[in-house]
Parts: sequence; C-alpha cells; structure tokens
Amino acid sequence: MAEASTGVSGGRLRFILSEMKPRGRWLTPFNVISIPVIIVGLVILWFRFTQGLGSVTNLSQAFPWGFWIGFDVVTGVAFAGGAYVITFVVYVMKEEKYRPIVRVTVLNGFLAYLFYAGALVLDLGRPWHIVNPIIGNSFGYNSVLFLVAWHFLLYMIAEAIEFSPAVAEWLGARKARRLLHAMTLAAVIFGITLSMLHQSGLGALFLLAKAKIHPLWYTEFIPILFFVSSIFAGLSMIIFEGTISEKVLKEYLGDKAGGHDNLVFGLAKGAAIAMFVYYFFKLLVFLHEGHWSELDTPWGWWFLVEVLGLVLLPCILYAFGARHRSLGIIKVAAVLTLIGIVVNRLNISVIAFNWQAPVHYIPSWQEIVVTLMIIFLEIWVFRWVVTRMPVYPGTNNRPAPAIDSD
Amino acid sequence: MDRRNFLKTAGVACAAATGARSARAQEHDTDPEEFVGVLVDTTRCIGCRSCEIGCALAHNLPVPDVQDDGALEAVRTTSETSWTVVNRFETDSGEVFVKKQCMHCWQPACTAACLTNAMAKTARGPVTWDGDKCMGCRFCMVSCPFDIPKFEYDEWNPRIQKCNLCNERLERGEKPACVASCPTDALMFGTKRELMEIARTRIYAHPERYVHQIYGEFEAGGTGWLYLSAVPFEQIGFRTDLGVTPYPEYTRDFLYAVPVVFFGMPALLYGLNLLAARTEAVRGAPNGAEHVPSPENPSTSE
Ligand code: SF4
Ligand code: SF4
Repeated sequence: MAEASTGVSGGRLRFILSEMKPRGRWLTPFNVISIPVIIVGLVILWFRFTQGLGSVTNLSQAFPWGFWIGFDVVTGVAFAGGAYVITFVVYVMKEEKYRPIVRVTVLNGFLAYLFYAGALVLDLGRPWHIVNPIIGNSFGYNSVLFLVAWHFLLYMIAEAIEFSPAVAEWLGARKARRLLHAMTLAAVIFGITLSMLHQSGLGALFLLAKAKIHPLWYTEFIPILFFVSSIFAGLSMIIFEGTISEKVLKEYLGDKAGGHDNLVFGLAKGAAIAMFVYYFFKLLVFLHEGHWSELDTPWGWWFLVEVLGLVLLPCILYAFGARHRSLGIIKVAAVLTLIGIVVNRLNISVIAFNWQAPVHYIPSWQEIVVTLMIIFLEIWVFRWVVTRMPVYPGTNNRPAPAIDSD
Repeated sequence: MDRRNFLKTAGVACAAATGARSARAQEHDTDPEEFVGVLVDTTRCIGCRSCEIGCALAHNLPVPDVQDDGALEAVRTTSETSWTVVNRFETDSGEVFVKKQCMHCWQPACTAACLTNAMAKTARGPVTWDGDKCMGCRFCMVSCPFDIPKFEYDEWNPRIQKCNLCNERLERGEKPACVASCPTDALMFGTKRELMEIARTRIYAHPERYVHQIYGEFEAGGTGWLYLSAVPFEQIGFRTDLGVTPYPEYTRDFLYAVPVVFFGMPALLYGLNLLAARTEAVRGAPNGAEHVPSPENPSTSE
C-alpha cells in the first residue's frame, strides 16, 4: 500500500487519470436504464436530506426500519457472503480449483459492503454522528449494532487487502504487490472470522425485537440461521453473478468469465449441503418452538412458502443439478435461493415485523428507486474495475478493448 | 484523565471488536434498588389530562387542548410531539383512564440496542436521550417492547422523542412535571422500593378494588413506572406477553460468544490451513512448490 500511495509518480497519476475515462459505447441498454434511475435517485436523496426521511420513505413510528435496512443492508450483506466462503475454500483449505473466481468474488463482496452496507448512511437520521461509535466518544459496547458496525468496517479493510494485489498489478507496483500478497492469508483469516460474527450479528439485532416479530420467525437461534444461510446465499450469488457476467462481458472476456462449469457443480454441491443443514436446523427450531397452530394461518402459509418453496426445493434442485451436471437446473436453484434469502431477510426485518400492526409498511417508490440506484452504481464501479484490473484470470487489461453489450 | 478512564479507553480497541461487556460495570455503580419511578393508580385517574399539559409545558412541546374530548375517542400512542398520552378504555368495570409514557425500564431494551450510548439509563433511574451522540439508527425503536421512542421523520436533523422522567427537574430536586400537575394523586413519585410498598399496601387494604398484580414489578425485567388497576391489564392496553426477562438478556449469549469466536476462530482457521498445506504436500503437490498460483496464472485449468 505504501508504495502505491506515496510513490505515485507523475506517470502513474496520468495512467490512473487515463483509466478513469469511460470506454466503449455509451448507448448501451444498461446505461440507458441506469443513468435516469441514478439521476432520479439523487433528486430523491436531496429531498431526503433536506426534508427528512418522512418526505421520501413510508417509514413510520411503528416501522422504523424499512426496505433500505431490510433489503439493502440485511439482504445485501447476506448476498456478499460468497467472498468469505470462497476465500476460506481457496486460501485456507487450498482448494486451488476455485482460485480463478477468487478475485471477482472478493471484488463483488467488497463493493457490496461499500454500497449496500454503505446505504445505511442514507437511512441514518443523524448520519454525521456515525463516527461516534468509531472514534470512541461514545461506545455502546453492549449493543449488537455496535459490533456489527465495527465488524463491517474491519471487514471492508480486510477485503480491500485481499483485493489489493489486483490493484497493485494494475498499477504495475511490483514491490507493493509482493507485500500485499504476503498479507493475504492473515486478511483472509481475519475476514472469515469477522464475517461469521457480523453475518450472525445482523440476525442478533432482531433478538431484541422479541415482542414484535411473528413467533414463526422469532427464535433465539436467528444468529445461527443468518450465518448458515449467508453461506448458500453467497454461493448462489456467485453462480448467478457468474452467469450474468459470462453473457454481459462475453465480448470482452471471451470465455474467460464463464467456462468454469466444473466450478459451478462444486459450488452447487456446497450450496446444497449448506441449505440442507439450514433446512434441518429450521425444522428443529420449529419443533422446539412448537407453533403448530400458527401454521394454518396466512402467516403460516407464507412461512411454508419460504421454508419449503424457497429453501427445500432449491436445495433439492442444487443436489440434483450437481449430480446430473445440469447447469440449467443449478441456475434455477440459484435464482430460487436468492429469492428465498430476500424473502427470509425481509420477513424478519420488515414483513413479519410488527405483524399485528393495523397498517403495515410497504416501501414507497422512492425507496425502491434509491435501492436501484445503489445497485446500478455498484454495477458501474464493478464494470469499471473488471475492465481495467486483472480480476478474471488470463485477462490483461491493456490495451483496453471496447465493451458495449452491458 | 483518571486511571479508570484511561483503562477504559485502553480496553476500547479490544472491546470494540470483541464486545467485551465492560460497560456492565456502569450498571453496578449505583444501587439499583434506589432507582426512582412513578406509581400510577389507574383507579384514581379521572382522565383530566393535566399531566399531558404539564409534560408539554416542561419540554416545549405543543400543548394539547384537553377540552377537546374527541382526543379520547381512539386509543393514542405517544408521538414525536407528545411524550405522554392518557387513553380511555371501556372495561367490565366501566371507564378506565391510563397514562402512557416511557416505562424507564430497569434494564432497558433501548439502551442495550443503542450503539452510541445516546440512550442511557442514568444513575438515578431516568432513561435519557442525548442528541450529541445519537446517529438516528432507530434501533431503540425496533427494540423497545413498549413502542416508546418516536422519531421526527419530517426533520432534516431528526431527534428521538420520548419521556425522560423530567431528568432535568429531578436534578433540581423537583418531581416530574406530570406528577406535579396531577390533581388526584393518581401519580406518585418515589423510589421503586417505596412505591412497591405503597402499591402492595393498597392491594392488601382493598383486595376487592384491585387486581392482584402490579404491572411493572417484573414485566420485561421490571420497570420504573408501576401500575395498579381494577381490571386485568390486557383490558386497558397493556401487553401481558412480554415475559419477565430483562431485554439485554436476549442478546447476552450472542455477545458472550463473540470474543470466543473472535479469538478462537483465527487459530482454528490457521490450523486448518497448515493441515491443508500438509495434505497437499503429501499428495505430491499437483501444483509445484515453486508455483505461486494467482488469478493471472491459475494453477489448474478446468
Ligand atoms: S419503555 Fe422503551 S424507551 Fe422506555 S426505557 Fe423501556 S425500552 Fe427504553
Ligand atoms: S436512534 Fe439514536 S438513541 Fe436510538 S439506538 Fe440509534 S443512536 Fe441510539
């Protein structure tokens, strides 16, 4: 890092500036959709910061947390779980087979934290006090949220270190790369530990909402369920994201972004196992809590949709797809799993929260536009990085080819 | 900076990451027996809403028009402009008025939730909010089992609004404004110990007049505000399903597990890593020892 930042010579600075320039065609379908959304999102945020959260969100006294927390932060972080799973497999267990997807997964994870967990700032009423729990003028040690905030921060640093060799290569900073590369294992081990803690910590937040969450979802084991589900959420995201970038970046990457079918079967098998453990655990929790009578209510049906339709079914599909080497089935399983994670996280944070309230919260269109804006911004940065830095194996980003189909 | 403070600060880096619960010491600095609170005898309340006026005047909030009886038609909650409200309930034994405000829990959910200590239990008992610390995350609202903290959604610089038991008046040796403005002694201020004695005495003296329960004695681990009633509490808007566990208990196991994982996990991972490296070596290392695999020269081609 030292060399990269202090030793920036004029030449390197010019290089960075030249890399900043957009490449390829401007009028791509993605740009045409994302640019207006981002502009509208910025306007919405202007209202949000001048006239209060109430001016653009449907949040209320009974529903203090809505879509921005439930989807952007709580779900987004679960989706980003792939980074710690893959770094565990490759760096700790030395399964070299998965090495080709390490960088793109870590990059995805890092950007997800930066943007989705970063979206938390938009939701804070007094964001200028966000430094309070960090600089130490007021530590709420015994708050789970305090831990989660710290772990987010530390984990982002760990992921930045894990990804930094790619940045060093991009800048041609050899010495820095060696140094950063040497730090990788430590960063990975630290990162996995932090991930376990904050993935489960996000669940632990809701332990305090005992009086408000529907009994089918409230259990003292929420932290463990959140942790286990983040494993297959992350794996499914890798599969899903791989499918998309294979298509979208094809012209640029050739078959390098894809062409890892064997990896996908391995990931699918891992996801199937994690999901089975999760499903089994959910079942135990249900038997332990014994809310049989709740099952035959609309809430019960919804619960069954989540657990049977969006956990057990994709779990079986994954297992089937891995065994019969069917990419199509695995892709379906990945999509179902991702939907299941969204449903589960939203159930706990928003939908089954204050379930007895006479008027239930539904996100406003502005909340959704801002969420889309964040997703699009993340994709912009992701696209910028993968077309410049050595993220996918075998791509050397100079001279830069044009990309246009994204 | 005194020694104790220094040690506290020094422990911060560690505690921050591991969640060591050193802050608990703070709870033991005062004898919890001597926290103050208020006893509400709902059989004495006439629904005049003087307490609402007293509260609004004491805290610069909009003063309610108590002549307007319409306000009692529907059950109200506290709001960002009213820290306390009086509600009317039709019950088996007629009309009952119940004042609602922050319960000033013994071990509050809101303070356990707050990551900045903006929400804090003072040594005397009031649970107060500090705008210089709060970052507006609203976790206190999510956690509070009584749904008390309210948020100013229409402000660019929003505050959390809730009863502070007139902490500023208590410091001057005065009673809370609502207690001072109650014309019927329905509200009584004192330490919880005294108030519990009075409440029990009333029940013993008039067992036919009260249900034999003091709401707040144990609810959610015990609260500073205590209620007496002639009718079962669920008929007058109280949740009776909250249990007696203090709210911080619900996250205690998790917080205790954090340091274990934080220190144990890296050791475990490192051990696994060494093991994996050995196995690879024994297997005859398909990737030569010299070879440092990296994305640009992936070690295995699939
Ligand atoms: S009633 Fe709610 S706001 Fe008041 S002290 Fe208890 S948890 Fe905190
Ligand atoms: S909104 Fe403020 S007082 Fe409430 S938990 Fe967050 S930081 Fe603490």
